[in-house]
Parts: sequence; structure tokens; C-alpha cells
Amino acid sequence: MAGLHQSEFDNPVIRWIDTRLPVFTMMQKEYGVFPTPKNFNYFWNFGALAMVVLIIMIVTGIFLAMNYQPNADLAFASVQHIMRDVNYGWLLRYTHQNGASMFFIVTYIHIFRGLYYGSYKSPRELLWMLGVVILIIMMATAFMGYVLPWGQMSYWGATVITNLFSAFPVVGSKIVTLLWGGFSVDNPTLNRFFALHYLLPFVLVGVIFLHVAALHITGSNNPLGIDVKSPQDTLPFHPYYTIKDSVGIGVFLTIFAIFIFFAPNYLGDPNNFIQANPMQTPADIVPEWYFLPFYAILRSVPDKLLGVCLMFGSLIIMFFLPWLDTSKVRSCRFRPLYRPTLFVWVLACLVLGACGAHKPEGIWVTLSRIGTLYYFAQFLVIMPILGKLERPLPLPESISHPVVGPRGGGPLPTGAAAKPMEKA
Amino acid sequence: MAKLRTLLAGAFAATLLAAPLAVPLAAPAFAQDEATMPNESWSFENPFGTFDLAAAQRGLQIYGQVCSNCHSLKFLHYRDLAGIGLTPEQIKAFAAQFTVPLGLDDQGNPKEGPALPASEFRSPYPNATAAAAVFNGAVPPDLSVMVNAREGGPNYVYGILTGFVNAPAGFKLQPGQYYNTMYPGHRIAMPPPLQDGTVQYTDGTKATLHQEAHDVVTFLAWAANPEMVERKQMGVRIVLFLIFMTGLTYAVKRKVWANVEH
Repeated sequence: MAGLHQSEFDNPVIRWIDTRLPVFTMMQKEYGVFPTPKNFNYFWNFGALAMVVLIIMIVTGIFLAMNYQPNADLAFASVQHIMRDVNYGWLLRYTHQNGASMFFIVTYIHIFRGLYYGSYKSPRELLWMLGVVILIIMMATAFMGYVLPWGQMSYWGATVITNLFSAFPVVGSKIVTLLWGGFSVDNPTLNRFFALHYLLPFVLVGVIFLHVAALHITGSNNPLGIDVKSPQDTLPFHPYYTIKDSVGIGVFLTIFAIFIFFAPNYLGDPNNFIQANPMQTPADIVPEWYFLPFYAILRSVPDKLLGVCLMFGSLIIMFFLPWLDTSKVRSCRFRPLYRPTLFVWVLACLVLGACGAHKPEGIWVTLSRIGTLYYFAQFLVIMPILGKLERPLPLPESISHPVVGPRGGGPLPTGAAAKPMEKA
Repeated sequence: MAKLRTLLAGAFAATLLAAPLAVPLAAPAFAQDEATMPNESWSFENPFGTFDLAAAQRGLQIYGQVCSNCHSLKFLHYRDLAGIGLTPEQIKAFAAQFTVPLGLDDQGNPKEGPALPASEFRSPYPNATAAAAVFNGAVPPDLSVMVNAREGGPNYVYGILTGFVNAPAGFKLQPGQYYNTMYPGHRIAMPPPLQDGTVQYTDGTKATLHQEAHDVVTFLAWAANPEMVERKQMGVRIVLFLIFMTGLTYAVKRKVWANVEH
């Protein structure tokens, strides 16, 4: 039976709306009193940071689209028009351009947080998988966005990446023709990439909504990786985490602003200041920094199809982590053997990033092969085996009664007992 | 210990953050085998640097008398010259020297006339094909964003302008090619554009090659980044504001969390 919602708000206007559409009750439940583990560290800021960047990207993007021309003859000049003639156009564009890099930095740290503290494990598998979907959509969006300024690297990057699909047998060349809207990267390609670049962020919003919805069903993981046992373990989201997230947002925006105002092209490629020229290939085609590890995986093997499969596989494999990891213990704090391997995996990603920036010659080929091997071994070999072999450290009884482990260090005289009851 | 752990975590995050930043630095400039990048001192390079307007105006004179014979500056309008300190009258007078297309007349015929401040900078050739026909297939590139479009930026452009020397013995050059230490492969189709005394500066500055190259690069750096001064000034205010707000937020956070055992 349908019925009016019993609103607890006193303000008559809010109450009137809330009885008919309880959005205020929902916000209060999900972001006001929402019980959140009280032991988050600052790694738990990065989801909120990613949300902030997404909003910044959508807002700046909409205003850029009002002044941009998705036409192969006009695109490059229209970007210069934005930079020179549109009021604060340079600010919009540099924010959007550097925002892409910031989005990836924040998201990669967010993913690392999930890996380190085991946030992908039961019951958060679906939450994690939605996150992987978000990452893939983000990458597609960023790739197509980079094509829009129609510089040399836009054009040749698009040519190289779209050509990857031709590696697939039978359907490969058909897919490529479909992506291009013709027989080379040209005006139709730019048109469809612009349309998709405008569309995908809103798809992203939808998937992120599901990601957050799933989060609010399972509840957040925490640095100890143990379940919330009692209300003492949690704090209401507001004001504790709204203010903690605000600190992170302040630090993040400061770093972001330093890039925008003082080094706006530091992360960019000089070649993209040259208008796309199909007759002239740049000396070295490199993607943006955030794709470099994947680019290195792609080029680590001499076979095109295998390289493409490895590259896509490096993302697809993320979907299976909840089942590849056989350990019941979530947080790396209690996994003395697995913990260092995860750091080596991060190192492998960084090495792959460096490999992606260099021509695949000499030492870089060897390094990218070792990096690729370790990238996959981490998930396919180390994760399943270590989970069985490893003897995890004793887990704390609960978040509010943390056991002092060998690394936890020192006596905790004031202990958790002195803590006042939290109503949540 | 918990502090130490937080510190470690922070250091780790910083590494993650810094590593991608280091990559572009680590990437070698492949093409520039033996050439060393000049390391000139530029008025606009540090975080608070502005354009040396006198140098930029001298650079405009060089662009007008030398570069503009072959190179376009098509993303600029004459009105933009206010950015290097020209008055509206000076801009009007400067623009009026150039004959540019001015749309159609009442009969629908293309019309030409002296450029207005709102006109785009006149391009020496109507299109790339016309330029290629004149220069043996080598199109003189547009200079609007040249300083941003090369690894090394202003130093690279300076290096090209001052890098013309006689080819070493045995180095083969085709007709119409010149030897340049900075240029990748050293075979450049541009004849040496500047020598000592190529221009007679209106402000009396001695026109050495170094001075001319320095001035025109300053002008081109402005042309490529006309928003730079406004950007940096706004940046200082915004970053200071953000640091202040972050500090304030952190103080509030400490206050809110003061009674929580965590």
C-alpha cells in the first residue's frame, strides 16, 4: 500500500516535501546519521575526492562544450578560441585538462586503498566490481576527451588505440571502421567521440550511484578490515566524516590549483599544441601518463593480439579479485606475507608506467616484461596461494578494542574503555 | 607507532602521486642527439614571473619585420597586443599597416582593406598548400603556440634561432637546407632569420643576435600564453585562500574529533 512518509522534520516546507518524497529523510539516513567505522584514516578520503573531481569535470566540461567545435577543421582553433577569447576560458580548459589527471591520481589511490585494506572481499564484491566498471568507463571517457583538442597526440593516440581492435580476428576491422566512422581517424571519429565524451560522464554518474548505494548496504570497510560489531565502533557520518573529508578536499584542491595556475601544461605533451596532421607521424606516440602502465603491458609482447588481450586482461582481472584472494583477512595490516607483495605490485605498476613513456627498446622491453609478469602473477599466483599459506596476525576483537599487535606498538594506556557511548 | 604508520602511508601516497609526475621528466628527448638545450633566463619562467613588456614589444618588431614574411600567427588578433602594453591608438596604427580580407561588399565580392584591431593577424600565405609551393614543400609552421609545442619551450626556440652554424665537413645538405645544432637531424629548411643588426630597434637597444632571439622568444611566449600573468596572479590568491581554508577546516576537524577515542 502506498502512503505518506512519516517525516521527522519540523520545517513545514521540508516536511511537506519529505512526506511526499522522502529525499530529506534519505539524505539524513545516508549522509547524516549513517553509521561509519570510527577508525578511517585519510585513505578513506579518496572516494569523496573522486566525486568532487567528477563534479568539477562535468561543470567545466559543459561550459567548454558551449564554445568547442567538434569538427576536424575547427576543433584545434576552437580550443585556442577558448584559451584566448572566451572569458576565463583558459581557466575552464586548464581545470578540465588537469582535472583528468587529478581524477586518475585520486582514483588510483582509491583503488590502492581497496587493495590494501581488502575492500573487495565479501560482502563487498559487487561494490568492488562496480568500481572496476567505473574505472573502465572513466578510461574510455578520458581517452575520447583527449582526442577532442585535435592535436597531433590526439590524432595519433586515437589512431593507435582504435587500431588495437583490429587485432581481434574476424570482427576486428569491422569494429575499427565502426569506431572511426570511415576508413581512418577523421571528422566522423571526432564527432562520435565528442558525443560519447559528453554522454559517458552521465553514465558514470549512474554507475557511481550504484557504487555508493552498494556501499551503503554493506557499510564501509575500515583500516582493520574487521566488521563493525557494535554501535561503539561507529560514528555518524556527519559531522565526523563530512569534516574529515573536507580537510582532504582542501589539501587536494590546493594541489590541483597549483597545477592549474602554475604548471598547467606540465602533465601534457608539447605535441598536442601542433594541429593534427595525418601526413606526419610524431617521433614517439605516447598516451597520457595515466595510461602508461597499460600501454607498457600492450607493448611488452611482440604479438599484437596477445598484447591487446593482456592490456584488456589487466583491467578485466580486477573483476575476479574477490575470488582470487583466498585469504579471509581483509586488511594488509594483518597479512605479513601478502603486504610486501602488494607493495611490489605497486612498484611493478610504476615501472610499467616508466616503460610506457619510453620506446620499447633495450632495457625497457625487459623491464616491461618483468612488470607485466608480476602484475598478473600478483593476482593469479600470489593472491590465491598466499591466502592459503599465510598465517595472519591475530585480529583485534573489535574496532573499539584494538588488540596491540607486534607492529601496533606501545601501550595504549587510555584504551578504548574511557570512550563515551556513541549513539548511532 | 600509529603516527609512524600514518606517516608511512602518507609517504607512500606521495610517491604514488609523484611518480607519474617524474615520468615526463625522465622521458629523454630522442631526436635531440648531441644538441644541448640552452638554459636562458626568462622573465616569465618562475611562478611569479611576468613578461618583460619592453622585450615582448621588441619581439613584436622582429616578428613584424622578419618572421611574419613566412610565419603566420593566426590565433592572435591585433587587439590582443594590449597584452604587451600597446595602447589602443598604437594597436590601431599597427593593424592598419596590413591589408586583410574584410568579408564581402554589397555586391557579394570579396573585400580587402586595412586591418582593424579586431582582425586576425595577417597570414603571409592564404593556406598551407600555397606556402608549401613557395618553400619546396616545407610549410613554415604557425607560431601562435610554438613555444608550448616543443620540448624545452622557449629554450628550444631560442636554440633554433641561435643554432645556425656551418655544417661540419662531410655533412650533406640538400639545396634549401641549412645546418642547425638545435634542430632534430640538423637539416632545417629555414634560412638563418636573425643576425647581429637584423633589425634597428626603435627603443635604441643594441640588436645583437642574442638580444633579438631573446626578445622574439619573449614575444612568442606571450603569444602562446597570453593569459599567463592573470593566471599566476589569480593562482597566488586562490592557493593562499585554499591553504587558509584547509588550515581552518583542519582546526574544526580537530575540534569535532576531540572527544572521540580513535
